[in-house]
Amino acid sequence: MRKTILFATLLLTSLAAQAATVTVCPGCECSSIGQAIASANAGDEILIQSGLYQEGNIIVDKALHLRGEGWPVVDGENNNEIFTVVANGVTIEGLLIRNVGTSYLKDRAGIRLKRVRDFSIRNNRLENTFFGIYLEHCSDGVVADNRVEGKAEEEMSSGNAIHLWYCKRIVAEKNQVRGHRDGIYLEFVDDSRIRYNLSEHNLRYGLHFMFSNDDDYFQNTFRRNGAGVAVMFSRNINMWENRFEYNWGRAAYGLLLKEIYDAEIRDNVFLENTIGIYVEGSTRIQYQRNEFNRNGWAIKMSGGCLDNTVTANNFLDNTFDLSLNSAPNNNSFDGNYWSDYNGYDLGRDGVGDVPYQPVKLFNYVVNRTPEAMVLLRSLFVDLLNFSEKVSPVLTPANVADNAPLMQKLNFQS
Amino acid sequence: MFKILKYSFFDLTRSRWLYIYGAFYFLLTVSLLWLGGGLSKAIISLMNIILVLAPLIATMFGVMYYYNSREFTELLLAQPIRRSHIFFGQYLGVACSLAISLLLGVGLPFVLYGIFNSAEIWNFSMLLLVGLFLSFIFSAIAFFIALRNENRIKGFGLAILVWLFFAVIYDGLFLLALSLFSDYPLESFAIGASLFNPIDLSRILILLKLDISALMGYTGAVIQNFMGTLLGMACSLGVLVLWVVLPAWGIKWVAVRKDF
Repeated sequence: MRKTILFATLLLTSLAAQAATVTVCPGCECSSIGQAIASANAGDEILIQSGLYQEGNIIVDKALHLRGEGWPVVDGENNNEIFTVVANGVTIEGLLIRNVGTSYLKDRAGIRLKRVRDFSIRNNRLENTFFGIYLEHCSDGVVADNRVEGKAEEEMSSGNAIHLWYCKRIVAEKNQVRGHRDGIYLEFVDDSRIRYNLSEHNLRYGLHFMFSNDDDYFQNTFRRNGAGVAVMFSRNINMWENRFEYNWGRAAYGLLLKEIYDAEIRDNVFLENTIGIYVEGSTRIQYQRNEFNRNGWAIKMSGGCLDNTVTANNFLDNTFDLSLNSAPNNNSFDGNYWSDYNGYDLGRDGVGDVPYQPVKLFNYVVNRTPEAMVLLRSLFVDLLNFSEKVSPVLTPANVADNAPLMQKLNFQS
Repeated sequence: MFKILKYSFFDLTRSRWLYIYGAFYFLLTVSLLWLGGGLSKAIISLMNIILVLAPLIATMFGVMYYYNSREFTELLLAQPIRRSHIFFGQYLGVACSLAISLLLGVGLPFVLYGIFNSAEIWNFSMLLLVGLFLSFIFSAIAFFIALRNENRIKGFGLAILVWLFFAVIYDGLFLLALSLFSDYPLESFAIGASLFNPIDLSRILILLKLDISALMGYTGAVIQNFMGTLLGMACSLGVLVLWVVLPAWGIKWVAVRKDF
């Protein structure tokens, strides 16, 4: 057994040593990428030198390493998918891929990977590709350092920058995606990591999870998207250290949670979103050490949210800190810092002696009659909130922070 | 008229209260800007204060000035000057001196803070403009009430009541109506009702500038479509002008007919 392994290793190393390089350039013997792939053997490197290659429907059916030098342009002329990878172990890097063209019948992509594993798509630029990088039934691959830019104008006629469908163990990192329908889209994707990405100016969501379990996303930035991140019908998603910024508009939110179980949301920053986190029917979620800064609503919870714990967060200058539309609930809101809190701390232990009630009366009124929002910040509403605070009648008394912090938490340390 | 305006104005500049009023705004703005941090935040906090304080002070000042300068007014009435000129002169003197206090008190700190290099300049100008309008509107209303009432106590009471009505009671009734008729589409009603209260109208104009419209959902969209456009903006400013003109016309109407 050991001998065969040794033999196999030797064979592989000798193969690698023999791996040839096929050079492609406009004036070379081999002037098209398709031609180069046809003539290459598995394990070869194809070096694509700078120039314009008007090619589409390039099928990569061997384990090749496609490397661009000096940003060669591969142009699909608006009516072709460009790369379709159907072999394991393919690497594509350093290419500028553009002009795939919209199609309503097929989800055309700049780079499509079909039922493959051990791939690496890195350091490419994709411009005006309908779908950027499309992975279906793939596993164990890396999509990194790509810049995907689209010109999406409406949701119906645009694709996603990075689209994952039925995948496992994928790492997508350091990508910059903008101008698509969704920045990064995951459907039936398990055990994957989305990290260090920047997703901005997308029409719908910066990052979108559907039916995906056991995934992590951290240290990403989601800025000025239709909505930052949507996580729907998924279990065990960890959301750490992300920034959700400026997702501002009438139907915008930083993070949407729908039917989520057992997630952990910590160390994120929510800055100037219409709704920081919008939660529907989500259970057993930990919200910890997040900063909610100048949002319209920091957290808006609908019915059916049970056993959630919101603790050690900073709520700073939000128009509304919390909105709930069901009176009874067993979620815990203890131990946060609220900038609107004006209680006292006689014991000097850093914890306020009076519970803080994050749901204001006006909030309750606005939930019932949305038109009342025109009275926001009027003296009457301030008086109303004040009198309700002194003696709560309408607002749910059990929604309270029983240990509000006196000082803002400092997360930098 | 200009002579009387000038006289009233200089008479008022000798008044301590005007300086206190200006100094209050100055200190408030300075502390909001340098201690609170951030232009946008300071503008929102100032809006809350100006919307309440500017009408209140204008009302009080207008009534007070009219009653206090009563003897001088009688002296002027004996001269060959048109009545409307006398009262307009006095009214404009009060309104202008209040406006200048506000302008200097709030404007100076912002200029020192560097508002001209900031994107918030339009929001800030809106705030000042609205503050000026409120000073003019409520001092006109105050003069009108004082002219109608010889009894000082009654005049004061009525003026305070009018202020209270616009600042608080109106919104209460508004909210009551909204929740009573919440089954009906209320967007047009909400716009209409806010036009009838200069304080509400001012507040919404600033909030729209500060992009709070996104919070208001469908209602916000309707209001933004109406007031956010150039036409809507012109329309709402027109209504504010009307709010100045109507009580001023009332002053003239009463002054001409009144038997002193």
